[in-house]
Order: sequence, then C-alpha cells, then structure tokens
Amino acid sequence: MGGADISGRQASAAPFAIELRGISKAFGPVQANKDISIQVAKGSIHGIIGENGAGKSTLMSILYGFYKADAGEIVIDGRVTSIPDSQSAIRAGIGMVFQHFKLVQNFTVLENVILGAEEGGMLAPSLAKARKVLADLAREYELDVDPDALIEDLSVGHQQRVEILKALYRQADILILDEPTGVLTPAEADHLFRILKGLRDQGKTIILITHKLREIMETTDTVSVMRRGTMVATVRTAETSPEELAELMVGRKVLLQVEKKPATPGQTVLEVENLRVRDPQGVERLKGISLTIRAGEILGIAGVAGNGQSELLEVLGGIARGTGTIRLNGRELDLTGRHSDGQSRRADGIAHVPEDRQVLGLIMDFTAWENVAFGYHHAPEYQKSALLMDNDAIRADCEKKMATFDVRPPIPTLAAKNFSGGNQQKIVVAREIERNPDLLLVGQPTRGVDIGAIEFIHKQIVALRDAGKAVLLVSVELDEIMSLADRIAVMFDGRIMGERLPDQTNERELGLLMAGVSGEAA
Amino acid sequence: MMDFAALIQLLDSTVRLATPLLLACLAGLYSERSGVFDIGLEGKMLIAAFASAAAAAATGSVWLGLLAGIFASLMLAGLHGLASITFRGNQLISGVAINFLASGLTVLLGQKWFGLGGRTPSLEGAARFEPITLPFAGSLAPVPVLGPIYSELISGHSILVYVAIALVPASAWLLYRTRFGLRLRAVGENPAAVDTAGVSVTGIRYAAVAITGILCGLAGAYLSTALAAGFGREMTAGKGFIALAALIFAKWRPWYALAACMLFGLLEAVSIRYQSIDLGFVMIPVQFTQALPYILTVVILAGFIGKAVPPRAGGEPYVKER
Repeated sequence: MGGADISGRQASAAPFAIELRGISKAFGPVQANKDISIQVAKGSIHGIIGENGAGKSTLMSILYGFYKADAGEIVIDGRVTSIPDSQSAIRAGIGMVFQHFKLVQNFTVLENVILGAEEGGMLAPSLAKARKVLADLAREYELDVDPDALIEDLSVGHQQRVEILKALYRQADILILDEPTGVLTPAEADHLFRILKGLRDQGKTIILITHKLREIMETTDTVSVMRRGTMVATVRTAETSPEELAELMVGRKVLLQVEKKPATPGQTVLEVENLRVRDPQGVERLKGISLTIRAGEILGIAGVAGNGQSELLEVLGGIARGTGTIRLNGRELDLTGRHSDGQSRRADGIAHVPEDRQVLGLIMDFTAWENVAFGYHHAPEYQKSALLMDNDAIRADCEKKMATFDVRPPIPTLAAKNFSGGNQQKIVVAREIERNPDLLLVGQPTRGVDIGAIEFIHKQIVALRDAGKAVLLVSVELDEIMSLADRIAVMFDGRIMGERLPDQTNERELGLLMAGVSGEAA
Repeated sequence: MMDFAALIQLLDSTVRLATPLLLACLAGLYSERSGVFDIGLEGKMLIAAFASAAAAAATGSVWLGLLAGIFASLMLAGLHGLASITFRGNQLISGVAINFLASGLTVLLGQKWFGLGGRTPSLEGAARFEPITLPFAGSLAPVPVLGPIYSELISGHSILVYVAIALVPASAWLLYRTRFGLRLRAVGENPAAVDTAGVSVTGIRYAAVAITGILCGLAGAYLSTALAAGFGREMTAGKGFIALAALIFAKWRPWYALAACMLFGLLEAVSIRYQSIDLGFVMIPVQFTQALPYILTVVILAGFIGKAVPPRAGGEPYVKER
C-alpha cells in the first residue's frame, strides 16, 4: 500500500542526509521503538506522522542524543555516527526545535542564540558575530526577530523563530521540528512553512514531526508513518492521501470529516449581553461581548489565541468575574457576587471543559477516579453519609465512564499524569458531558490529542448537540471550528468581529476577521 | 544630635559588619543564580570561621587559617552539591542539615582540640588579619571632612574588607560579560536550554556551588580572624540568614547586594551602638532595628518595592526530559 520504497530513485544521487538502520529502544517492558529504519533524502522535507505514543519523540530523542538506542545505527551523510549526547548531535549538524521551547525567558534573543555556542570566554565578540549572522539569516529566510528583544516579550511564533535561528547559528544541516504548529496561529504556521521550504531550497534537510495530516500534505516531500513503535510505511506525499495516512496511523479506517445532521435549534439557552472582563492588571479583555446560543446548536468561537476567548470561557464558567448580563434559560446569573463560582455554574447546568486540561481540568498527581469526581464531588450519589464520601461509588462511576469513553488504560486508580493527552481529555470530557448539562463550554477540545481521540471527542460534542443541548466551542484550530460549529463567531481584541455560517464562508474570510479586518471590508 | 566623628565611626563599623554579609550574600548569589538554593550559608560560614581560627591558632599564620576555612566551607558546599545536584535531593533540607552539621561539629571539635568550651584560643599578631593603613592616611587625616572619611572610613580595614568590595564589580563582570556568567544565569533560569545547547548543567552548577563555598570560607575567616580574635560557638549568629535576606532584597544582583548588605550592616551597627533610639515622640526599641532586615525582606518579597523574582529554576533539581 503506497509503501513504494523511495530509495530506488534516490540511490544514484548523493547519500541520504540521515539514515536510520534498525533502531530499537525499550523502556522497561515498553518497546518504544522497534527496528526502525528510514532514509531521509538531502534537501527534502520529510514528515514523520503518528499518534501520541507512537514513538516519534523517542526516535527524535535518540537522534538528538538524549537516549541511547538499544540496537541499530545512525548514518549521517553516509557515515555511521554515534550520538551519545546533544553536543555530538550538534556537531553532526543536527538542530532540534522542541515542542516546548528551550529558551531562557529573561535573556535577549542574541543571548539565547549564542548560549552554548559562544566563542571564547568573553561575550562581546560572540554577541557581535551573532548579530551579524542573524541579520543575514533574516534576509535569507524571512526569519526576522529583534535581536535585542527579551524572549518573554516575544509572541510564540517569534520564539519559535529564535529556536530555528539557534539551530542555524550552529550551522545545522538537518533541522528536526517536533509538533511545531501546536501553538501557532494559522498565519504563523503558514509563515513557518514558508521558512521551512526556503531552508529546503537552500539544501537543508527538514524532519517535521506532527500528527496534523494537513501539514504533512501541504509541506512534506515524503512521509513516514509510525504506529505503536514501528515504522509502518514511508511514502511520497504526492502519491498518498490524508485518508490513507490516517488509516496507516490508526490501523483502521478513520472519518476525517465530522458526520453531523443539520442543526435543529430550539429555544434560546444562553444570552450574553455587553459582557466585559478586566484582568488583574486592569486591562479590559472582553470589551462588550453579546451572543446567544440556542438549544441543539454549536456556536464556534474562532480567533487567534489571546483575543479574549479564554476570558469568555472563564467568566461563563464562573472562574473569572465581569460585568454585563448572562442569562441561562431566561434566568440571570450572578456575575460578581456569591454565586459567581464554578460550583454555582455547575449547579445552574453549565459544564466546562477548560482550555488547559492540565491546569484547570485535572489535578495531574491525583487518580483518575478522584479527577472524575472533581466539581461534582457534592453530588448526592457520591456521598455515603453527611460527612463521608462514597469512594467505591466514585470508582465504579469512573470505571463506567472510562468504558463509555474508551479511556485507555481503563484503570481508575492510575494518576491523571500517566494517561496520554487524548485520554486525559476524554476523562475531562466524560466528567462534564455525562452530567447532561444545558450548556457545555468547550475550550480547545482536541489540543495535543491524537487523531483517534479527536474523532471520538468530536462525535461526543455533536451527540450532545443532537440531544438538544447548547454548546459553546472555542478553538484556535480553524478546521475544527469549520467542521463542528453550526454558527461561527470570530473574536479579535476582546470583541466579536462578526458571525458567519460555516457553509457560507471560507478560511480566508475567517482569517481576515481573526486578524481584525472588519466584516464589511472582508 | 550625632556629630560628624560619631557618624564616621558608625559608618566605619557599618563597613566592618557589612563585610561578612556581603561575602556570604555574593556566595549565595552564585549558587542561587545557578538554580541551587542555599540556606546553608550560615553553616558554611560557621565551619569556615572555626577552621580558620583553629588553623591560625595552631600554625600562627592567618593565611593558612584562611586556606583551612575555605577548605572546610568547600567540603560542605560539595556535600550540598552532591545532595542537591547529583542525587537531586531537596535543597532546603540539605541546607538545614548542613547548618546543623556545622553547628555541632564546630563545638565538638573545638572542645576536643582546645578544651575551651567550644572557643579557640585568642589569636594575636600574624594569626590575625590586621587593619591595613592606606597611603597618606595619617597625613591626610587633618583635612576637614574628607580627611576623616579617607583615613578612618576608607583606610584601616583588613584586607578581606577590600576583597569583599572588589568582588562586587568582579561578580557583575563575571555574570554579565563572560561566557561562564551567561551559562550560569541560563542554568538557573532554564537548565533544559543549557542542556540542549550541549553544555553540562551539572558541571555549571557544581562550579557555582564551589564558588559559593569559597566565598563563604572568606566570610567565615573574616569573622573569626579579622572581626574577632578567635572563634566562639555559634559566632555567625544568624548572619548567613541575614545574607540570604539581603540576597532577596538585592534581587540576586551584585550591585544591589552591596547596597543591601551596607543597609543591613548599618542597622546592625546602629543596634550595637544605641540600645534604643529616641525620636522625641517615640522610642524605637533595639529589637526593632535588629528585626528590620527581615521585615524589609518580607516587604520586598510581597512586591511592594518592585518585585523580587527569583531564578525560575531555583530549588528544582534538573531532570532530563525528552
């Protein structure tokens, strides 16, 4: 199946930039990488795709000297190379852009770039040299950032550019990017891919690790698919399709498009009028939001992260306070007083799947069953008596929810941090949806979630809508908004720039709204 | 009101009392800037004070005493490094243990070796750091105002006082102008950034902790061989903690550390010289002056006078992640 070996065509050309031969790595009983062999052609963009836990990160860590492979060899530029530490990886011309940036927040861009690659004991000459090199790189690859800016003052997209610059400054010929677009806006992601294509055209080799099929299809030349520690196929991107790749990743047919019937909206559930929120620094984050959601309807909020979506979710969920009016089923909710907390909101029938599950959704060190009870721990079925909780009942309930939501492994006593991202999210979604709320608030439901789980979570959200509930969906993934929402509202700078129907708009129009270009102009 | 001569005397003793604070504060600065919190400054100073006095008493040479003090302090610093860097233990607990260890060991060994109830014999002559008279101090003394400032305030301290003050610009230079300084600061903020750049986090942290040991050694030696003439049990009397407070007050910066230590030294000098201060309408008890360094530190920590942000990776052992 499409696994036509690409080496046949390349064999006569220059040696591969990187060749892995039979790499294996086990952590205790878990075989993270099993006999992995790939060949990455020089001057190409090679995608590595696979679900969370498929072994992509382990493989890259071996390439960057964090782990030592149990077996196999790494061949760089035709030479067998041993990479016992990061220093050797850098010497071998490998640069790595991690998913979580390795930058010193209160250092300048220049200081971060030279760190570890200084020349001599004094900083001044290295800084001067880096300033010049950065200016050259900026011209060549659209990689411009202010060399004297502090990292903490830069946007995420710019921070990522600093990471790329760090690698290029060390004269990396092979650039590995681990899930680079997870934190980027669509425009930033497009810019990144332009940069990567420019680098490839200059002869650099790029390895792009991602679980997003669209990125693979749009940017890579070849793609390798990993599943449960093995490399299942390497194919030319031009000769494959997202459906085929998804099937290879998951090992079964996957529906990429959410299947849903047209909405049949009922009466108004949520009415928000002139909602305003200030953050602790006194900056107004919501500048008069008004919206309505009806029963059996999903309202999608699109927008670049940080334009007030988080505050909207928080004030609706009772975590933050604001001014204005919120009516749920015609009843006005307390916005500033004693009943403006998460507990009261839940009692009112609002469930909340927060944007950051690891901070607001779960207590990572607590077990799954404890996490399943949070927020509903006062529920009568969880009580044994006036003073004691019925832990057995909670555990049984957790087991039931784990079965319904296909949480793996289905072990209630496992700590939340030991589940994969997708399964953590399923625990949160199970807790909130199973309470049968009138209104579900969902923030970034599939961030860091693998493709199988995304499909499942999307189905659950649609099922809740079809059961006649109202859903407010906030996502920075435009695809997700486009395919799930019945109506789309775009937020920019604390305001709603406009509302569109998904079948009467397109990504370009939404992108303009997200950038603050008003609806009429777009 | 206070006359000029009394003011000079007060400032003179401020400099003397601020010196051990400054040395210990700079010591803590290196360790904490590298991400290793160190509440064992007190213990390291104490053992250095004891070792210096003991060695100086035995050999008659204050320089050998100084070396012994530095050595003893380095040993405890190594212990702290081993516990908190190599074995990734809790840095606070290791620091507390070092304080207890130093407190017990100095008394035990002191009694065993000298039998003076934990004290060392009084040091005299070459076994002590003597004040250094700077050139022209005598001839310039009669000049009004500037004369006393030069001959009494600036001149006439032991060599370690000048070393301590010279260490302030030296530290600022090392931290902000050199490769070592860049890496040291980086490792205290985000060790993963240093690690992925191919530099050893462990190596940098050990180097920082070693510098801390050396500077604590200087601080301890100053206490027993320059400020006093011999070791007395628990003679550090909380100076290590005041230095720690000064470090926070100084927001982990060398020049601020100088200012903070001088301020705290002044408070100590005032509390020694005046039992209570009569402002006419209210009496300030001496205890208040003594407590002021801690009160000021709490105020700083609470963010009233510009926030003191500690090194982000401080207190956390570095564990390599994927």
